[in-house]
Amino acid sequence: MIGQVFRRELLLAWRRPGDTLLPLTFFIIVGSLFPLGVGAEPVLLRSIGPGAVWIAAVLATLLGLPRLFAADQQSGALEQLLLSPAPLALLVAVKVLAQWLTSGLPLALAAPLLALGFGLNFGDLGVLLAGLLLGTPLLNLLGAISAALTLGLRGGGALLGLLVLPLYVPVLIFGSGAVQAAALGFGAGANLSLLAAMLALALVFAPWATAAALRISLD
Amino acid sequence: MFGPTLDRLAAPKFFYPFAGRLLPWLGWLAAGLLLLGAGWGLGVAPADYQQGDSYRIMFIHVPAAWLSMLTYMVMAGGAFVFLVWRMKLADMLAKCCAPLGAAFTALTLVTGSLWGKPMWGTWWAWDARLTSELVLLFLYLGLIALRGAIDEPQRAGRATALLALVGVVNIPIIHFSVEWWNTLHQPASLTRMAGPAIHPAMLTPLLLMIAGFTVYFAAVLLQRMRCEILEREQQARWLTELDAP
Repeated sequence: MIGQVFRRELLLAWRRPGDTLLPLTFFIIVGSLFPLGVGAEPVLLRSIGPGAVWIAAVLATLLGLPRLFAADQQSGALEQLLLSPAPLALLVAVKVLAQWLTSGLPLALAAPLLALGFGLNFGDLGVLLAGLLLGTPLLNLLGAISAALTLGLRGGGALLGLLVLPLYVPVLIFGSGAVQAAALGFGAGANLSLLAAMLALALVFAPWATAAALRISLD
Repeated sequence: MFGPTLDRLAAPKFFYPFAGRLLPWLGWLAAGLLLLGAGWGLGVAPADYQQGDSYRIMFIHVPAAWLSMLTYMVMAGGAFVFLVWRMKLADMLAKCCAPLGAAFTALTLVTGSLWGKPMWGTWWAWDARLTSELVLLFLYLGLIALRGAIDEPQRAGRATALLALVGVVNIPIIHFSVEWWNTLHQPASLTRMAGPAIHPAMLTPLLLMIAGFTVYFAAVLLQRMRCEILEREQQARWLTELDAP
């Protein structure tokens, strides 16, 4: 049952490559807007680089969130999931995992390429990638709660941004902080450990909270 | 003889008149504390050797900051009770807390920036406490917006309750993340292991103001909840009977 849901999610993403590639394209476009907006001064670009990549990643994740449950709700598949004997939190976790694999992971892998454009050196690129590999699943897990809460509401998209962005503050701070700490020679260990700790916490609680939110939304 | 017990109080039918009897007492107590604290703080307390008279904004700023967080905890408590035991009154409590908390948070930010201009030379700094207070304001606004977006009261209450509890987990994380990230704000001077670091001549009026703000919050909260009860229980029999002459 769990495996089938997982396969279905991946298959759906594969059959609709437009949807899957949209956040990635958006990520690269937002990232390339920064040099246009703040000016192409190399020193400035290097200092804002990590933050800019992280902000682009947060916005791209936000863009993909409404689709996590909306299509399933319209087709009625979501109600079937709720009625299934498998624990809903586990099903939610599988859906979020599939979403991360199809949108978060490509985004993290594309990030070093984008960061090269900001003039980051190779050591910092590694730290940025590590931070995003820990941070993007966290963004998806936290976002899933808000996506479930705003499911089927009018103006849900804008509301989703209002609910989820405050929750993203720590991820953003520790994620871009890791690169900055590494660039200053302090080492990124502390920041990355905190991201990993938050990820562990979110892995336990977020699917459960999302499942509760789905039950409320479909009541 | 000893008044209604707690579980009976949880019914709007008993809570409404109980809160009504309590309100004038709380209102006068809050007015007294606030007048005394403000008079003492603004008139009697000595000027600060470093900050001159401008430190006096502390008598508004510190209580507002305290209440911006206390309100969240009260609201989250109500949210938890409502999610677990489906107690209607707890949801009303949570609902009435959100705008109050947002107001206290906004007041904290405004007074803080008024204080920051003469002291730090800037209206706003991306400092730990300022930034986490700002995020707290966003959380309150999100809760209000989410409740506003859902039409059925039952579903709106449960959805906001869940979000409020997620916020409880997040608040310390935000707090520490921004604290380690960047800091300019002075460290805590009231809640220290070694006792408050403020001279008694300033501490007493400050504590009076904190108490006054807290009682004021309780009074306004009760009044709001009474209004909420009137709105939700329009059709209830006890209410129509209460109205009859």
